Amino acid sequence: MAVEQALSSQVATSTKLRVENLNMVFAHDGKSTPVLENINLEVSTGEFVCVVGPSGCGKSTLLNLMGGFLSPTSGAVRIDGEVVHGPDPRRIFVFQERGVFPWLTVAGNIAFGLFKLAPEESRERIAHYIKMVGLQEFEEAYPSELSGGMKQRVEVARALAVNPDTLYLDEPFGALDSITRHVMRAELLRIWQTERKTVVFVTHDIDEAVQLADRVVVMSARPAMIQEIVDIDISHPRDISSPRYLQLRDGILQQIGLAHKI
Amino acid sequence: MKLLVRLRPIVFIAGLLAAWEIAVERHPNYILPGPWAVVGGIADLLHHGFLFKYVVASLFRVTWGFCLAAIVGIPLGLMIGWHRRSEMALNPMVQVFRPISPLAWIPIAILWFGVGDAAAIFLIFLGCFFPLLLTGINAVRNVPAVYIHAGRNFGLSPAQLVYNVLYPAVVPQLLIGLRITLGVAWLVVVAAEMIAVDSGLGFLIVDARNAGNRYDLVLAGMVIIGIIGLLLDTAMRSLEKVKSFRWAYSEE
Repeated sequence: MAVEQALSSQVATSTKLRVENLNMVFAHDGKSTPVLENINLEVSTGEFVCVVGPSGCGKSTLLNLMGGFLSPTSGAVRIDGEVVHGPDPRRIFVFQERGVFPWLTVAGNIAFGLFKLAPEESRERIAHYIKMVGLQEFEEAYPSELSGGMKQRVEVARALAVNPDTLYLDEPFGALDSITRHVMRAELLRIWQTERKTVVFVTHDIDEAVQLADRVVVMSARPAMIQEIVDIDISHPRDISSPRYLQLRDGILQQIGLAHKI
Repeated sequence: MKLLVRLRPIVFIAGLLAAWEIAVERHPNYILPGPWAVVGGIADLLHHGFLFKYVVASLFRVTWGFCLAAIVGIPLGLMIGWHRRSEMALNPMVQVFRPISPLAWIPIAILWFGVGDAAAIFLIFLGCFFPLLLTGINAVRNVPAVYIHAGRNFGLSPAQLVYNVLYPAVVPQLLIGLRITLGVAWLVVVAAEMIAVDSGLGFLIVDARNAGNRYDLVLAGMVIIGIIGLLLDTAMRSLEKVKSFRWAYSEE
């Protein structure tokens, strides 16, 4: 019945992001390497989409195209119907924790994107998001004094503080230890459920994708095509030992060509 | 315990000085003044007012040459580093000029500027310019792309990007480059003063030898040069302790 609940809650909403016939070819030393081939994808407003695939397949390239850091060879990325031409504060890209500015304090990092706000509003936002990611008492700490997980929280808070409608996360928890990673996933879900941002999350961790996403986009090896899109029809909080969870996970493992026995 | 650790270098230096004094007394045939004679030489210079005058003269030249090189070299290096193509175009020329010792320029410096401060400043400028140019180029190139991406993502204007991202990201590396280059400047000034001017610590050393083989004054000059070099380095190092710069040195 959990399945039915989840299905009924997935009401069709407006399209936030649309990837149309996207192709990407990298030219290097006179050789051209096709990286992405004919990608078509739609992401609804408030949806959580994970992109998984073998390493080096071009999933980060796809995310960089969505973020406007790269221009496609052909095709387009549209947000709310408009073609993306460059990075924009309405869509924030979260790197691994190395994207935190080491010369700014925690509060300084979170304030980084708030330069257009009145000082008072900016202070309120900083306090709000520091609390949300649980970094009270660390406002004046420098990143070098923080653990990897705390730095990652700073980055998420910095991104959320500018109130973007879309978050792009590129293997954000890849460099964390497995315990911190679990905690951070739960935190991200909690934040996503309160703020309802559209999230595109690239990961090479299939468990992570099945735990977090509404839909998992499975990509093939390079040149990457979308191999399958899997609906994760389990409601949150997800039981990661339930038969349905294991069934979905094993299905994706098989898609990528991995046996689920080691 | 802490006191002992602090005393260690002082004890070591005292031991060396004692060994020096003993060696000089046992072999009087070698012409090398002992530490006492050198102290006497320094006192002599102080007494006649030369010490202060020469130190000021040397520091004056170093300050001008070093600051001019920093003002020209670092911004130029940063711009070259930022534009990949200009780096490729200019790099061969930089690599040809860089290994030419600034001392090789002494005849030309005297030809252009005559004997005086300007020639010495020019030589120090040359000695500092290329290291600082390369410091600037490398500092920009080593800025992680994620910082630039993040800055652009949050909608910074180009000027804001330079001031809020690029500048703080390069400052720690620039400080290291400036510190090393100040050491170079201090090396060059002594050599330049031996030929191109008639004052300063370098001049003191040549003059003490030429005018009567006063080797106590030669060594006194060397000791003063060493002590001032140490002080300059300590001053530059203290900049690295500034909290918003410190991240680059404390990263694990």
